[in-house]
Amino acid sequence: MATAVASMEKKNYLNAEYGIRSWLFTTDHKRIALLYLISITAFFFIGGFFALLIRLELLTPAGDLMSADMYNKAFTMHGQVMVFFFLIPSIPAVLGNFLVPMMIGAKDLALPRINLISWYIYIIAGILYLHCIATGGVDTGWTFYTPFSTMFSNTRVVEAGLAIFISGFSSILTGLNFVVTVHRMRAPGMTWSRLPLFVWSHYATSIIMLLGTPVIAITLILVVLERTLNLGIFDPTRGGDPVLFQHLFWFYSHPAVYIMILPSMAVISEIIPCFSRKRIFGYSFVAMSSIAIAAIGFLVWAHHMFVAGISVYSALVFSFLSYLVAVPSAIKVFNWTATMYKGSVSFSTPMLYAFGFIGLFTIGGLTGLFLACLGLDLHVHDTYFVIAHFHYVMVGGAVMGYLGGMHFWWPKISGRMYPESWGRAAALIVFLGFNLTFFPQFVLGYLGMPRRYYDYSHMPEWQALNVLSTAGATILAVGYLLPMVYFLWSLRYGKIATDNPWGATGLEWRTSSPPPTFNFDETPVVTWEAYEYESMSLPEEVTLER
Amino acid sequence: MSDSPLVAEHAEHTEHDRPELRHHFADEEQQRNAASLGMWWFLGTEIMFFGGMFCAYLIYRLKYFPDFAAASRSLSLGIGTFNTTVLICSSLTVAQAVRAAQMGNRKLQVRMLLLTLVFGLAFLGIKTKEWGDKYREHHIPTFDFSAKDLMRDNQHLFGLDKLQNDPQALQKREAEIQQHSQIFFALYFALTGMHAIHMIVGVGIFSVITWMAWKGRFTPGYHTPLEIAGLYWHFVDIVWIYLFPLLYLIDRRPGA
Repeated sequence: MATAVASMEKKNYLNAEYGIRSWLFTTDHKRIALLYLISITAFFFIGGFFALLIRLELLTPAGDLMSADMYNKAFTMHGQVMVFFFLIPSIPAVLGNFLVPMMIGAKDLALPRINLISWYIYIIAGILYLHCIATGGVDTGWTFYTPFSTMFSNTRVVEAGLAIFISGFSSILTGLNFVVTVHRMRAPGMTWSRLPLFVWSHYATSIIMLLGTPVIAITLILVVLERTLNLGIFDPTRGGDPVLFQHLFWFYSHPAVYIMILPSMAVISEIIPCFSRKRIFGYSFVAMSSIAIAAIGFLVWAHHMFVAGISVYSALVFSFLSYLVAVPSAIKVFNWTATMYKGSVSFSTPMLYAFGFIGLFTIGGLTGLFLACLGLDLHVHDTYFVIAHFHYVMVGGAVMGYLGGMHFWWPKISGRMYPESWGRAAALIVFLGFNLTFFPQFVLGYLGMPRRYYDYSHMPEWQALNVLSTAGATILAVGYLLPMVYFLWSLRYGKIATDNPWGATGLEWRTSSPPPTFNFDETPVVTWEAYEYESMSLPEEVTLER
Repeated sequence: MSDSPLVAEHAEHTEHDRPELRHHFADEEQQRNAASLGMWWFLGTEIMFFGGMFCAYLIYRLKYFPDFAAASRSLSLGIGTFNTTVLICSSLTVAQAVRAAQMGNRKLQVRMLLLTLVFGLAFLGIKTKEWGDKYREHHIPTFDFSAKDLMRDNQHLFGLDKLQNDPQALQKREAEIQQHSQIFFALYFALTGMHAIHMIVGVGIFSVITWMAWKGRFTPGYHTPLEIAGLYWHFVDIVWIYLFPLLYLIDRRPGA
C-alpha cells in the first residue's frame, strides 16, 4: 500500500484534475481515449446481446424463440451496432487516440478540441441509434439494401440511417486528426522511416476514413431522401437503379473492413517484435503494405455484387483486384512470422492474442480468396460461409488485436498490471470459443445454409453444427467478460506498473505509467530506429512469461 | 511549410507572450501548418462527399441523356449565369480580405468580409427564387410533379414527333419522360440543396470571422482562421463551378 501512495504522488493525466467536468470538457487525447473506451464497451455489449439472440434462435431448426420480423431486426442491429459503433471506432479511437501522439513524441493530437467534438458526435449518433432500437428498431440488414430499405421496410430506417450518417463525422474527424498529427507533430528526429508501424497503420486507416466515409454519408442521405420524399432514384419501376446504391454503399463499406483490420494489424506489429525481442522483419514492407491495403482496398468493392447483375467483365476485374489486395496482407503475415523466427519468444497474454490473430486472420483472409473467386462465390454467396469468413476477419482479426492491444498497453493506460494468469486463461478461452462459434459456420455455409434465415426446419441435419456454434458463442461471451472484470479489478488491486513493464522500445514506454498530461516531461529527441530490440537488454525488473 | 520535424529549442514558451499559440504546438508556424493541412484534408473528404452524388448524376445522365438535356433546358440560363458571377465575386472578396489581413489593414478586411457575406446571401436568395420557380412549374419531385411542359417544349429532342402515329408507343415514352426528368430534378435538388447547406454553413463561419476581424483579432502574423475559412469558401465556390455546367448546360444547342 505504501508503494501505491508513493506512486500516486506523481502527477499524471488521471489525477491531474478530478470531477465529471474535468472529463467531459477535457481536450487531453488520453482522457478522450478513455471516454471512447467506456462508450464503445457499452455498444459492444449491446451488439453482443443481439448476437446472443441470433444464436439462441438458431439453436433449434424451428423459428420458435422470436418472430421472423424480430429476427430480422436482431441481425440488422447486431451488424450495425458492431460495425458502426464498435469496430470502426474501437482501436483507432481508443488505442490510436491514446498512443499515436505518444508514439511520435507529441504533447497531444494536432486538433485537440476537434478530438473532443468527435467523441460528442459519436455519443449523439449513439443515442439516436439507441432511440431507434428502443422505439422499434430497423430490419434492413446492416447494408440498407434498396429498394427494400426505401420502399418496403416498415421500420425506423430513416433514424438508423441518420445515426450512422452522424457517426461517420466522428470517424472523419478522428482520421483527420491522425493525418495532421502524423504530418505535423512528430518530435525532433522522428522521421517517417522511424515511425512505429502502429502509426503507419493508423495513417493508412485514417486515409480510408477520410476518403471513404463521406461516400457512405451521401449514400445514406440519398436513402433517407428517397424514403421520405419518394424520389425514385433507387426505384427500378421508375427508372432508378438499385444496383447504384450497392456500388455507392460498398465503395465505403468494403474499405471500412480495412478500417477495422488495419488498426488491429497495427497492434500486432507492436506486440510481436516486443515479445520476440527482435527488430521487425522487413520494416518498410510492413509499413508500405498498410498503404497498399488502403489504396487497393478502394478498388475491390464490387466483389460484394457478383450476383447482383454486374457485367461479367467488371466482375473479372474486381475478382482480380480482390486477389491483389491479399498480397500486402500476406506480406504482413509472412513478416510477422519471420520476426518470430529464431526470436526469444515469450507467451505473455498480448502475444497469445497476437498468435490468435495471425492464425484466425489467415483463415479469414484465405477464405476471402474463395469468395473473390467468381465460380465459387456463386455457390456460397449469402450463405454462412460468408458470415464465417468476415467474422474470422472482424472478430478473429480485429477484436483479437483490440484485446491484445488493451492488455499490452493497459499498464500504460491505468498504471496497473492485470493478473497475468487470468489474462492468459481468457486469451485461450476467447480463441477456443471463437473457433467453436465460427468454424462450424464455414461448414454450414458450404452445405448451403443461407444467412439471415431464422427457421431451417426443412434441413434439420444442420442443427448439430448450429448447436456447436451457439455453445461456442457462450464460451466466447465468457472470454470477453473476463478481461472486463479483471481490468476493473486491477484498477484497485493490480500490481503497480513500472514505466516499461515489457521492456519495449516505443516512445510511449519512455515516460511514466500513467503518463503526465502532456505525455513527456521533456520533448524527446529521437536518434534511433524503431524496434531496436537486439541492442536493448531487458530491464532488470522485467520478466516475460516463457 | 517543410514536413520535417521541428527543432526542440522552440518548445519553450509561456502562454502570456503568445496568446494565440496553443500549448501543444512548438511554434506558430507548426500551428498554422497543422490547421491548414487539416482543412485541406477536410476538403478532400468534401470532394468524396459530392463525388458520390456526381457519380449518381453521371450514371443517370448517360442512361437518360435526352431526358436530362430537356429537363436541364427548363432551368433559367440567365439566372444561373448571374448567380455564378455573384459567387465568383464573393471568392474575389475573400481573397482580398486575406490580402488585407496580411497587410494589416483592418478596415479593408472588414469591408471585404461584409461584401463576401452580402454576395453569399445574394446567391442564396437568388437560389431560393429559382427553387420557387420550379415549384410553380410543378418540377419538384413527388409534389404534384409534371413533365408536361418539358414534353411540349422539346417534342423533337424527346423524339415525340416521330411517335405521333403510334399512340401506344407515345404513351409509353411520355411515362418514361415523366420518370426520368423526375430523377433529374431529384438530383438537381439534392445537389443544389447540399451546396446551399454548405453555403449557409459558410455564411455562419464568415459571420464569426467578420466579427473577429472587426475586433482586430487578425494580424499580419496571425490570421489562420481567416485563411482556412477562406479555403472552405473557395471550395464551395468550386463545387458550384462544376454544378453549373452539369445542371444548366447539358445541351443548349438550338434545334437539337
